[in-house]
Amino acid sequence: MHADPRGVLTGVHFLDGDHACCEGTLAAGARFAAGYPITPSTEVVERFAWRIPTVGGVFIQMEDELAASITMQGAVWGGAKAFTVTSGPGFSLMMEHIGYAAVTETPCVFVNVQRGGPSTGLPTLPAQADMMQAKWGSHGDYGIIALCPNSPQECFDLTITGFNLAEEFRVPVMLMLDECVGHMTEKVVIPEPDQIEITPRRYTKKTPEEFRLFEPREDKVPDMVKAGDGYHFHVTGLTHDERGYPSMTVDTQDKMVNRLQDKLKPFTNGRAIFEAADLEDAEVVVVSYGITSRVAQRAIEMARAKGIKVGKFRLITAWPFPEQHIRDIAAKVKALVVPELNLGQMVREVERSAGGAAKVIGVPHAGGTVHNPEVILKAIEEAVR
Amino acid sequence: MRRLLSEIRIAGFGGQGVILAASVIGKAVAIFEGGYSTMTQSFGPEARGGSSSAQVILSSDPILYPYVTSPDILVVMSQEAYTRFTPQLKPGGILIMENELVQPGQVAAPEGVHVFGVPATRLAEELGRKVVLNIVMVGFFGAVTNLVDPDALRKAVEDSVPPAMQKLNLAAFDKGFQYGAELIHRMTEPETELVPAQEGDE
Repeated sequence: MHADPRGVLTGVHFLDGDHACCEGTLAAGARFAAGYPITPSTEVVERFAWRIPTVGGVFIQMEDELAASITMQGAVWGGAKAFTVTSGPGFSLMMEHIGYAAVTETPCVFVNVQRGGPSTGLPTLPAQADMMQAKWGSHGDYGIIALCPNSPQECFDLTITGFNLAEEFRVPVMLMLDECVGHMTEKVVIPEPDQIEITPRRYTKKTPEEFRLFEPREDKVPDMVKAGDGYHFHVTGLTHDERGYPSMTVDTQDKMVNRLQDKLKPFTNGRAIFEAADLEDAEVVVVSYGITSRVAQRAIEMARAKGIKVGKFRLITAWPFPEQHIRDIAAKVKALVVPELNLGQMVREVERSAGGAAKVIGVPHAGGTVHNPEVILKAIEEAVR
Repeated sequence: MRRLLSEIRIAGFGGQGVILAASVIGKAVAIFEGGYSTMTQSFGPEARGGSSSAQVILSSDPILYPYVTSPDILVVMSQEAYTRFTPQLKPGGILIMENELVQPGQVAAPEGVHVFGVPATRLAEELGRKVVLNIVMVGFFGAVTNLVDPDALRKAVEDSVPPAMQKLNLAAFDKGFQYGAELIHRMTEPETELVPAQEGDE
């Protein structure tokens, strides 16, 4: 299915990442957003609030992040594609409802423009320290998808991808921007609507009598219904059976929780989104994501100029973590260098996936700015030694 | 045209249109010249207390590192911006200032810096609207740096303001550009008289 032309601002623009993300939501078909605006993510919903009356839809500024993140889910069950936008402090408050979206398999998008933390931290400065929180922040076992754009263009493109993946797998999708990417202005090309692929929501074709709310298809993902279409359904955060009714048995729990993770398995490695270069002859590979991947690229070029055989692996899907790809690379190289704007988060995943086959060297940074490329270069030089 | 990486910082008071000026330059290169540009802004609390600063990187290749640390070109529209940012200029770089708002000499510029001044606020007032001083600065920047195709800059000005404001802003751009072109002409050929262009004069 192609994008609804009403939401697509076709043309060549000079936009910051936040605004590009907003245009991505509109192109993806989002017609509802609820938010409690917070720096540095405010521009996403500010633009949405300005754009949505002409496109046809609703933006509600809520009383807080808990309200925003659950109102969004009500809109989804009412038939809309919907999202919410926040940054660290708000993301922390949304954790409860990320779990709720996961267990109720509500296809929705959480945009997190990361700033320095913990707590109120650095409102106007970048960090990438919410990466583990995106995966593990809510209690219990569940699966999510997290995408990391490194430019305003990708803020547009990956927002559409995020909405599509949310529909395909019925999971909350996290768009993990950072302040630098969100507030950086670059050229953004928005294609014609018929060039933009949109994954429509898969509504059940069964009759209300035969329909079961969480009966999975072969791909382990159940079909949706829309409130008001004549289906009786019960959506609950309690452990539930395929009918959607609470069933607090060991068996139901086992089935439900496993399916919440298993349905993402095809995406984990086979369809992982990443960017790789110069892996063939590499002795060292730099694994990075988001804004750090651009700074890392400069360090890679500096190292290559010095004759060091260094490759790159850029995570675009950070979650599910593409462990098989890292395992394969680790088997062939001396070391993996992992710069990130936190004190060591995704580096642990790299380490786990490498399984001791290669050295893993983190290049931590507490946030507030990006790495000095020289620091990453130094880590690369030490890694080849 | 192959363009070397150029780093520009534009700074002044909040309300002078610092961000728009930077955006016009970035847009001219990224959209109307087919190159690459990345613009970032200072969002710190200090940006709210009256000072405003934006950075643009121009290049013919994709830009990796997003921030400007030591600009090739500094455009200042306030004394505070001049004092704060002049020492960060690259040696041999270009300093462009609003010369009725900035009193130079209080800080030492790095070696070999070329200085160009324009009374942008007064020129904007001559057009009837002080608010277009930022676009006068962009025009002047275009003429004295010769870094961006003037047509691309003009198109970017047109593309960046509401339709009702296009005529005024283009006049502001032309006025700044002409002032810069005349200044350069006087500096390079002091003996000959340049016939002033009529474009933009109303």
